[in-house]
Amino acid sequence: MFSENPTVLWLVPMLPLLAGAVIAFMPNRMGKPASWLALGALGVSCVIALLALLAALHPGGHGEVFRSVTQSTWFHFGSVEMKWGLVLDPLSAGMGAMVTFVAFWIFLYSTGYMAEEARFGRFFGFLSLFSGAMLMVVYANSLLLLFMAWELVGLASYLLIGFYYSKPSAAAASQKAFITTRVGDMAFFLGMIWLYGKTGTLSFYDGGNGLLESGALTTLAGATTIGGFTVSAMASLLLLVGAMGKSGQVPLHTWLPDAMEGPTPVSALIHAATMVAAGVFLVARTHPIFMQSGLQGLPLTATAWIGGITALYAACVALGQNDIKRILAYSTVSQLGFMMVALGTGGVPAAMFHLIAHAFFKALLFLSAGSVIHGCHDEQDIRKMGGLRKAMPKTFVTYAVGMMALAGFPFVFSGFWSKEAVLHSAMGWPGGYGPFALAVCAALLTAFYMTRQALLVFFGKPREPGVHHPHESPPVILVPLYVLAAGAVLLSLVGTPVWPWFEEWLLGAHAHFDGGALFKPHALVLVGISLTIVTVGVTASWLVYRYPSGDSRAPDPIERKFGGLWAFLGTGMGFDAFYEKHIISNVARLGRAVDTAERMFFVPLMALAEGVIKLCGRWTGTVDEQSLNRGFNTICAEMKNRAGTASASQSGRPQAYLRAIGLGTAVLLVMYFLISAR
Amino acid sequence: MMLLSLLLIPLVGAAVLGGWRGLAKPCANKLAMTVAAVPLALVLLMGMHGKLPDGGVMAEWKSAWMPDVGISLSFAVDGTSWLFLLLTTVVVLFSLATSHRIGLGGRTYAALVLVLESALFGVFTARHFIPWFLCWELTLIPSYLLVRLWGGPAAPRAALRFFLMTLGGSVFMLIGFLALQLAAETMDFGKLADFAAKGELAGMMSAKFGGLGYGGPALLGAVAVCVFLGLAVKLPVVPFHAWLPAAYAEAPSPVTMLLTGLLSKMAVYGMLRILLPVFPEVLPALAPAMMALAVATVLLGAVAALAQTDIKRIMAYSSVNHLGYCAMAVIAAAAVKGDPQAHAAAVSGTILQAFNHGIIASVLFYFIALMESRTDGARSLTDFGGLRSKAPVFTGLMGLAIFASLGLPGLSGFVGEFLMFSGVFPLVPWAAAVSTIGLLLTAVFLLRMVRVVFNGPLNPSRADWPDLTTGERLLVAPMIILIVLPGLWPQLLLHCCNADTARLLESLHILP
Repeated sequence: MFSENPTVLWLVPMLPLLAGAVIAFMPNRMGKPASWLALGALGVSCVIALLALLAALHPGGHGEVFRSVTQSTWFHFGSVEMKWGLVLDPLSAGMGAMVTFVAFWIFLYSTGYMAEEARFGRFFGFLSLFSGAMLMVVYANSLLLLFMAWELVGLASYLLIGFYYSKPSAAAASQKAFITTRVGDMAFFLGMIWLYGKTGTLSFYDGGNGLLESGALTTLAGATTIGGFTVSAMASLLLLVGAMGKSGQVPLHTWLPDAMEGPTPVSALIHAATMVAAGVFLVARTHPIFMQSGLQGLPLTATAWIGGITALYAACVALGQNDIKRILAYSTVSQLGFMMVALGTGGVPAAMFHLIAHAFFKALLFLSAGSVIHGCHDEQDIRKMGGLRKAMPKTFVTYAVGMMALAGFPFVFSGFWSKEAVLHSAMGWPGGYGPFALAVCAALLTAFYMTRQALLVFFGKPREPGVHHPHESPPVILVPLYVLAAGAVLLSLVGTPVWPWFEEWLLGAHAHFDGGALFKPHALVLVGISLTIVTVGVTASWLVYRYPSGDSRAPDPIERKFGGLWAFLGTGMGFDAFYEKHIISNVARLGRAVDTAERMFFVPLMALAEGVIKLCGRWTGTVDEQSLNRGFNTICAEMKNRAGTASASQSGRPQAYLRAIGLGTAVLLVMYFLISAR
Repeated sequence: MMLLSLLLIPLVGAAVLGGWRGLAKPCANKLAMTVAAVPLALVLLMGMHGKLPDGGVMAEWKSAWMPDVGISLSFAVDGTSWLFLLLTTVVVLFSLATSHRIGLGGRTYAALVLVLESALFGVFTARHFIPWFLCWELTLIPSYLLVRLWGGPAAPRAALRFFLMTLGGSVFMLIGFLALQLAAETMDFGKLADFAAKGELAGMMSAKFGGLGYGGPALLGAVAVCVFLGLAVKLPVVPFHAWLPAAYAEAPSPVTMLLTGLLSKMAVYGMLRILLPVFPEVLPALAPAMMALAVATVLLGAVAALAQTDIKRIMAYSSVNHLGYCAMAVIAAAAVKGDPQAHAAAVSGTILQAFNHGIIASVLFYFIALMESRTDGARSLTDFGGLRSKAPVFTGLMGLAIFASLGLPGLSGFVGEFLMFSGVFPLVPWAAAVSTIGLLLTAVFLLRMVRVVFNGPLNPSRADWPDLTTGERLLVAPMIILIVLPGLWPQLLLHCCNADTARLLESLHILP
């Protein structure tokens, strides 16, 4: 079913997309059936995706990666054929299974979390569109199809972030998300048409003729362009900018924290399974093109450094936030930076492992945060919480699992091993230790700010007990939390150095159990570093925040010492203000300037032309006999000379005919006089 | 005969409407819609019986009008023409129905629209310059009167400008073709293209006008510039665009539909079917300057739209921007030789864009017409706000058209834009790269409009804003299908013009 021509794979993205389309036609009062439809469609998708994953577990033999492709012609233009299709290989199989699985539990959670919502059905329609589009990104075997689905992901996120569209902040956030990511999309678009122009194909794998196969890759690496760079390098950089937009890399990250305006399940979906993962996935998918410039080439170096800078930047900013969801949002930006570091240093398996592990624990964290917000009656400020572990013990446990996974608590949490895989990749990079150092600092800060958040939310005493009466959430919210928590732990089984099954599988090799792998010097050093990071981060945070002030309005301990720094971090290091001041206002100014130019230059220019035409009209009217007719007569004389074949008796008629040629002008000129005479 | 009846039926309808004194407005509108439905049926019939996929001539009509000077009334329909005919019939019918719905129309109005339709049929089918040019000029009179008589307060001035500017462009085009007539002794597009394909046109020019002291290519280049000028005013290309925003904004919305949906397509058609095949000898030399203008059009349209507050002016500049891509793609196809895939993409993309923009812009102006009729003409961004909560279906469908306009994949706008850009990039990389800024800015001004008009808190003065009625939904439904279907299945449109495209490229010596 999957090993050759896996047509059935189309069902995985199409079922949620169709469900979304059907829900679009359902009235609001049919909210319940709409949610069942969405859940059912995604459930079936999930089953198929898991079956596909099982099929893809078998290596293709001779150490080759399992790969099976379904292709069909989408359209012809001129005599050129444009194909689209899907590909099943370890990359798409693992990612697709993760997306459907995590999204399914987020959907289920939403049936409880959004129950009070008037536009309940609409919400599930958008969620279905979102998941279906993301699944199309994952399985696409064509850069064009991937781009199309990528844009649909953008549309769905626009609709979901702006779900509470009456709120001006939500409307603004959705617009910001769409436009910021579209900046990246345009680079992606250019990269795509560049690749297409050079290779004549956009299919990834097409029996040896695909974009990611040796023939096309050689062409790309051989063609040089501006600045002496190869086409593969330039196109890779453009694709990277696209990925930076979607995956919230500095400096295109500013939309992601604002995306919190959407309902919490949307945040979970955006930050875990869909949207931000798309950028990382794009780089992973097109990694062979990046690799054409070598491990130390410009594209991969840029990826690694951007990832490292983003990881550290966002970890710093997360430290200075007080909104429970904004902390998580910045932590996503930071973790995406880790994935980019892995990609840039050549570690596609490490990046994908971190992506999948992160999807589980970040979805878990967001949904737990949603449970907290729900329990605290829509309060999101962690300074006003405190002591929730007693009121919400179950949420506390699941949250703690997610938090420890993110902070990188050792051994039993997937986050520890996936982060270690990333660090391992960065450490072995021949291009230098820069990204590695940035990632290590970011990891340290991650442990610090996550501990801060956990301490402020769940420990100590309730700081505003009079305002909040926290309560535990119902099972429909808790069960998805348990499942995701289990995932966050169990995933660590497949990615330890002892049995690096996941990485080997992605590379098409068999994993062997090697108990000694952990004790090789290289690995030991790394485990040592990881342990030190988490110990130092957690301890430092505990020392600072173990006795939080009972007053919710009291300044943060760090704020008391470094007020300016704290404010700087709180505003995300001023990116938004910078863009507002230097880009957005200038674009608006440019628009007004062009509008003025229209009025002051182009309209007068037109008036001038108009005047000339009027003048010609008047002149033609008075000197018609002398000018127009003589002109015609000359042409007629020409005509007569030439047309010797025409009989002499007809010699007078061409003149009349040629008058007819002037009819268009003449009629219009008469009309003009009628008008101007008024 | 089918083609002749296609050309004449709207004229007959117009004559009946014009002569039927005392016909009430609603009856006149209904009669006009009935008449306009006949060409639609004929065009569809033609498509079913014709040879769409093999690119043969599906219908033709010829009459030796003035054989002495080789002027004939020659009309023919091939796949590409057929797409433009289909667009014309659909948009005219939709525009008449919209007029009827918002209480516009009447005997004279409907008659003028039908005359315009007939002239457009002529433009999209004529194979000889004289009938083509007569029809081209004929479109001007009804559209001038429609803008002037039914437009807003500043309509007379806007209509006059529109009229004079296009007229000015046409004069150049006429002069250019007269020169060709003298040199090549024909104005038949097919024959001229044959000469051009053999590279003989420049020689003919120098043989005839060599006395002026210029070489053949320079003379032919001057002719090409004249023809380009005529088309550039109509499209419009910067800096000949200044008539457009006022005309589009002052015209009643159903007439704007015709202006942007159809009249601007005449220029695209002309560039594709006349400029490109007749002047391949000189276009590569002229292309850099023309390309600069096309890219300026793309950018100016998008940037100027950012600063507008009148929804119709936003859409007017958006049209400038969208048609700028068409100009860019045709000019790129003319600029460089030797990459069949890129040329095919540029030409196919232009045709798709012309068709899809016609449909999408019509739908957008349909919604604007409804907004105006519900508010007594309000169309400033600040006149609205939060309409989504009152009118979800209105918002959803207009939103769909807006996203189609900004090129969302899955809707019709995307495939054309993808093909145009992937065609232009290998031929003239800088033009494609710079023009992507246009694609980005389109999203900015369109989404800003969505945010201000539909999102945010409800404007108290619009508290009783009605959603789309069943009639309004049924009216726009076929158009929505025409936006969605070609987006998912572009082959539907492409198979009509693929053979023509291949033949065109062959005649330009681009295909082996």
